[in-house]
Amino acid sequence: MGIWKSLSAGLRGLFFKQQAEHELDDELRDYLDQATTEKVRSGMSREEARRAARLEMGGMELVKENVRAVSWETRLETLWADLRFGARLLRFNPMFACAAILSLALGIGANTAIFQLLDAVRLRTLPVKNPQEMARIKLDRRGSRSGNFSTRYPDFTYALWEQIRDKQQGFSRVFAWAPNQFNVSPAGEVHNVQGLWVSGEFFETLGAEPALGRLLNTADDQPGCAAAGAVLSYSYWQQAYGGRIDAIGQKLTISRHPFPVIGVTEPDFHGVEVGRYFDVAVPLCAEPVVNGEDSHLKSHVGWWLSVLGRLKPGWTVERAAAQLDAISPSLFEATIPPEYNPENAKQYLAIRLTAKPAELGVSDLRENYEQPLWLLLALAGLVLLIASANLANLLLARASARGKEMGMRMAVGASRGRLIRQLLAESLLLSALGASLGALLAHNLSRVLVASLSTQNDPLFVDLGTDWRVLGFTTGLAVLTCILFGLAPALRATSVSPGVVLRESGRGTTAGPTRFSLRRILVVAQMALSLTLLVGALLFARTLNNLATLDPGFRKDGILVSDIDFTGRHLSRDSRLAFSEELLRRVRAIPGVDAAATAAIVPLSGDGIGHDILLGDTGEPQGEAPSAAFNYVSPGFFDTMQTRFLVGHDFDEHNRLGAPNVAVVNETFVNKYCQGKNPLELRFRIRRMNKTSAPYQIIGVVKDTKYFELREKSAPVVYAARAQNDDVSSDAQILIRSRAPLAGILAAVKNMANQADPDADITFYNLHKMIDDGILRDRLMARLSGFFGLLAVLLAVIGLYGVISYMVARRRNEIGIRMSLGANRRSIVALVLHEAALLLCIGLGIGVVLALAVSRTAASMLFGLKPNDALTFILATASLAVVALAASYVPASRASRLDPMNALRNE
Amino acid sequence: MPNDSSTLVQGTLDMLILKTLDLQPLHGWGIAQRIQQMSRGVFEVNPGSLFPAFRRMERAGLLEFEWRTSENNRRAKYYSLTKAGRQKLRSETREWERQATAIARILQTVS
Repeated sequence: MGIWKSLSAGLRGLFFKQQAEHELDDELRDYLDQATTEKVRSGMSREEARRAARLEMGGMELVKENVRAVSWETRLETLWADLRFGARLLRFNPMFACAAILSLALGIGANTAIFQLLDAVRLRTLPVKNPQEMARIKLDRRGSRSGNFSTRYPDFTYALWEQIRDKQQGFSRVFAWAPNQFNVSPAGEVHNVQGLWVSGEFFETLGAEPALGRLLNTADDQPGCAAAGAVLSYSYWQQAYGGRIDAIGQKLTISRHPFPVIGVTEPDFHGVEVGRYFDVAVPLCAEPVVNGEDSHLKSHVGWWLSVLGRLKPGWTVERAAAQLDAISPSLFEATIPPEYNPENAKQYLAIRLTAKPAELGVSDLRENYEQPLWLLLALAGLVLLIASANLANLLLARASARGKEMGMRMAVGASRGRLIRQLLAESLLLSALGASLGALLAHNLSRVLVASLSTQNDPLFVDLGTDWRVLGFTTGLAVLTCILFGLAPALRATSVSPGVVLRESGRGTTAGPTRFSLRRILVVAQMALSLTLLVGALLFARTLNNLATLDPGFRKDGILVSDIDFTGRHLSRDSRLAFSEELLRRVRAIPGVDAAATAAIVPLSGDGIGHDILLGDTGEPQGEAPSAAFNYVSPGFFDTMQTRFLVGHDFDEHNRLGAPNVAVVNETFVNKYCQGKNPLELRFRIRRMNKTSAPYQIIGVVKDTKYFELREKSAPVVYAARAQNDDVSSDAQILIRSRAPLAGILAAVKNMANQADPDADITFYNLHKMIDDGILRDRLMARLSGFFGLLAVLLAVIGLYGVISYMVARRRNEIGIRMSLGANRRSIVALVLHEAALLLCIGLGIGVVLALAVSRTAASMLFGLKPNDALTFILATASLAVVALAASYVPASRASRLDPMNALRNE
Repeated sequence: MPNDSSTLVQGTLDMLILKTLDLQPLHGWGIAQRIQQMSRGVFEVNPGSLFPAFRRMERAGLLEFEWRTSENNRRAKYYSLTKAGRQKLRSETREWERQATAIARILQTVS
């Protein structure tokens, strides 16, 4: 009740302020009157009595102030008054206000944007029912598996999923799912959307509800299902069907196979993968229909599924993991793929199942970007620190200029705490404005960040909603920076003794050496931090440069990749080969095409084939067999890629099925397996699980090329003739080299393919662009760290400039005396620069040590250089020193042009 | 004897105000005078502490006030006790007596 009374009285006080003040006035005046009357009665004159009464009261205003201080609303009012006063000061100083708010906005904005991303991919739980009950079933590190790996999370084969579903005990329900691109175009050029294969338990386990129609359930996911239904995501329903109710029941084609639309999910349901979205979900059982002979589900060695589950009440993840571990042997025993050889089987049986918490969902984005994001957050934090130091420096300068004002206020009775509060209110105003602007900036910046990481083939979706964590982070930053840059100047400004200040004349206080040293420390810290950021920026820039200019062993530009998929023709192996050779012939005939070839694997696309190889014509290997990466190519492949032959020659038309097997290998293969013998005399066999091929004769050796990714070390690669492979896919992946604009070639190829097979699915991409997309992360790091580095240097140099200018102003007198005693301009410049160089050297020294410690954490993200790369450090140090000295030269030369008479007279 | 209210034991001023208002509603000057009279001039109450105390006790719900015309035809703020104020006075008085007796007993034993 007391609180309510106080609250309502306080509010009344706030809203009827005038009245409350009047009443207080009346009350006090009444008291004074009565006191005066009383004193007159005891014999004083009216004048005397009035004076005495006033004296007794001890100052009307002070009493009022004390009465007001009792009520809480007054404190609000003082804060408000302080803020208004601060705002007025800032208005008088628009340059300072703009610079301060802008640098804070940049610092806080960058931090918030990066934090927002981290929050979305790392900290936020899945938006599903009771996310803390979710766990992901995984393989532990023991054993190894062979086969075909596809999708982003190839944890399990279909056979293993069935076993897990039937034998696990720790989960009330488990489900399997796999992301995939679905071609929903009914004819012609491919139109891919983001698809999901889901088992029947998927939606029910996650507790998802339909926004329209119904969701898939276990009845929809029965082996051999024919007309399985498709569930759309809310956003895809809006985008492709305009949000129409009659979307339900319409036919959606996936790779030309019709699926009826049965339902739409709620708007906030995005599946279990953080960083991605889905458009269409269909049951696992429909996979063989869509993928035909290439079905993963039908394959014993197709690894493509990820499995998650909801824990039973009372079960922990550890207990579920233990149960899975215990049933692992029987589970793997029951699912040994018949294609495995004894060594494969042994490795397979050694695998154990485990479970990991999955409340944050599944995300390869998180795995790839978590470390870079934390690092970027640290870099952005350093920038903010430098910006705060700059502000502190500016405010310190103002503090000494306002020393007199502070002294005056203290002399008339303001307490030091009250003054500090007022100065801090001004800082708070700055940081609040900076943070609001920063939050606005972050809102856009984080979206730009996500967009810059998305590619056409791999679109990202990050739910960047602002939650309490982001809000708290930004507010925390604002308060922290306010204290960082505001407290020290406020303490300094009020540490004056009123008497001393008021007695002084001239231009404010002459700051003692101690007062100045804090500003020097700040500048030294700024130099050290900006050197660290500059080193980081250079390390990442050089990493990107190393990657972008790396020779992958072939020429990247001028190659168009076109994948013509003619699965719809249902051709036999021989006819497939013939058809794709016909397509290749027609592509080569297109004017402007310099060279063209088909390849099973496009280098650096992330796809790959690996097999064991057995050296010699006969015999089994001792222990584990050596292995190599494979590619099946047509004649002309090396010519198209412009990969140089070291010895031997390319395939030709005679290398077909029936003729002796031939292969081209790379340098590393020769170094690793030929042991000094002439490679052209070496023969080897290929073992694909339990099948061993006839011997291959090496007919050529080519330079090493990158296979999976740019960062890899060279590995042995075998190229075999596509015409000699007994497994030929029903598509032709044609690499086309041309000096003509690729757009023209693209149109011609599309035309040609349409004539050859009107039903073919055609996909195009530029090889160089695809390779560039592969180093997106490095590009991001280079750009952002470069931006932070520049910002840091700019801020630090402004800081140094400010301090040196201040020093010059403070020593005007001394400089004047020196000049009148005969010092020339050069010696004055030297005097000032000496001061700057001292600060710079200390800063750089500390910076080098700091940078050495910090850069080590980024070691794994660098390429082609060490974190303590000498050239980088020299470059960073030298450029910072040059810029800093140039900035100090301005006030130095100004000092040297002082008119000595003027300077002296000014005292 | 100290005649400055600031040397009053913390909270004593509140108790004295409550006691004064127990008899009849009074305005600020009246309260100050009454305290002085009742203590026979030992306590001289400083308005600098008196008015903040009014505001504090008013906020705590111990006092209420109304505007009346005073003896010299001025608008004056008359304070009176609320129910909570009366209760507070009773408990404070009890507590004070208990402590005073205890202190007196200690002083006697020592001397």
